[in-house]
Amino acid sequence: MTTMAILTIFLLSIFVGFEVVAKVSTTLHTPLMSGANAIHGIILVGAILVADKATSTLETTLSILAVVLATINMVGGFVVTDRMLEMFKGKGGKK
Amino acid sequence: MNSNLYALIGLGVAVSFIMALKGLSAPKSARRGNLIGATGATIATVVVFFDPSSTKHHNTGLILAAIAFGVLVGVPAARKIQMTQMPQLVALFNGVGGGAAALVATVEYLNLSSEGKPSTANIVATVFTVIVGCTSFAGSVITFLKLQELMTTRPVIFPGGRFVIAATLAGVLATGGWTIASGGNTPLLVMGGLSLLFGVLFVLPVGGADVPIVISLLNAFTGLTVAASGYVLQSTLLIVAGTLVGASGTILTRLMAQAMGRSLFGTLFGAFTAKPQAAVGASEVRPVKSGSPDDVAILLNYASRVVIVPGFGLAVAQAQHTVRELADLLSTKGVEVAYGIHPVAGRMPGHMNVLLAEANVPYEQLVEMEEINPTFPQTDVVLVVGANDVVNPAAKTTPGCPIYGMPILDVASAGNVIFLKRSMRPGFAGIENDLLYDAKTTLLFGDAKDSLTKVVSALKNL
Repeated sequence: MTTMAILTIFLLSIFVGFEVVAKVSTTLHTPLMSGANAIHGIILVGAILVADKATSTLETTLSILAVVLATINMVGGFVVTDRMLEMFKGKGGKK
Repeated sequence: MNSNLYALIGLGVAVSFIMALKGLSAPKSARRGNLIGATGATIATVVVFFDPSSTKHHNTGLILAAIAFGVLVGVPAARKIQMTQMPQLVALFNGVGGGAAALVATVEYLNLSSEGKPSTANIVATVFTVIVGCTSFAGSVITFLKLQELMTTRPVIFPGGRFVIAATLAGVLATGGWTIASGGNTPLLVMGGLSLLFGVLFVLPVGGADVPIVISLLNAFTGLTVAASGYVLQSTLLIVAGTLVGASGTILTRLMAQAMGRSLFGTLFGAFTAKPQAAVGASEVRPVKSGSPDDVAILLNYASRVVIVPGFGLAVAQAQHTVRELADLLSTKGVEVAYGIHPVAGRMPGHMNVLLAEANVPYEQLVEMEEINPTFPQTDVVLVVGANDVVNPAAKTTPGCPIYGMPILDVASAGNVIFLKRSMRPGFAGIENDLLYDAKTTLLFGDAKDSLTKVVSALKNL
């Protein structure tokens, strides 16, 4: 990948990131933070990639540790966000 | 797998994350948004095993075992956690994510180094990831300890603290420069260690009330480290996802700081400007007016408008349901009832809305601060349940106190104020509340749920 392509992706992502959350109400700050937190658990993909080609004991140990931590971040993050949002949902149904 | 197909799936996952964040910004679509994100993340995790550029497959069994272990730790933690403790769990999840990013970049660096000196751009990205990832990890652990009240929630400030922090930061940057110049493994490890120390020192001086802002900021940081490690690994998906979280997290941090009336700069660099506080509360005993549940019931019964201000104490006592019972009973007696929700009631913005939603409190009764404040002069009784800092007039009147400048619920302008408190202990921010000693204030001591139950039964007998 060329540096220019990476820079383009990076800059456009910044703007998208700014835009999508610009008008969020305070009520949703906590779930949104938690959801964004789960999304950066995608580092799991990176952890798997490095673990896959690790050969030395040190590299293997560190990368497997990274896989564990990233999984906790991603899976736990999405589950806890869902639990929070589940409570918001109930009201609409009962009215 | 065909490399074009692989890239296409990566693009689809990136789009799913954008849709997830978009969905999470509106109440209606929030849950669906989260599910879209989770689906995308799952797909990405599965297809990465078929990455066409990675052909070695040394540790597939170990990786799968590690994922299984991570799921076994993460899911029960997320399922079983009390909603009151949820902020610290999010902090912890964020911390392990930052730690993972730092580890990924370190391993890739070791791997590249074994084939000769990595390119400068790669070293710079690695240095960035390790510094910020380690800071985020250590900082999140400290926020966890603060929120879990395993350590003091007050700002920890020691003499010369700011010089220690500045020196640590200088050390981090110097070892970073050293790593970039020499490319060895030792400088990187020293830098990682110093970054961990910096993360601890960075969060220690932050007061309890500012902790949510710091969690949000560290969350944005972790996003950026993920983007940087995506650069090292040449993964578009990691770059996009990490940058999205970094950018949206920054905005969210600013919005939160605004909602709390805090300057972001002041929160972040509090460490450099904070002075050791004079020990407030030389424990002079001032008279307070304490009442019985019957007194409270009578006050409430003859009111025409009551505002309930819930705080973290309500959540701790699990009194959401009892407070709703009281509100329902008052409504049947013709009393107008509303809940005044401070943006940061609880521990994080929106936290109290989550807790009250859990108890099925009707959404229309939850009134936000800006709307409820002008109505306090027409309110006969304000019932403060386990809240303190969010109604503390010191935020307006005492420059220099840790919550000065934070918008508060103006309960002092109501006819009567009733505090349900366990003790005279100050709130999370650790500041004395003058309103407790005011003539129109009545205190009802005891566990919030206990007290409320007594008030409800007293009210039924009236």
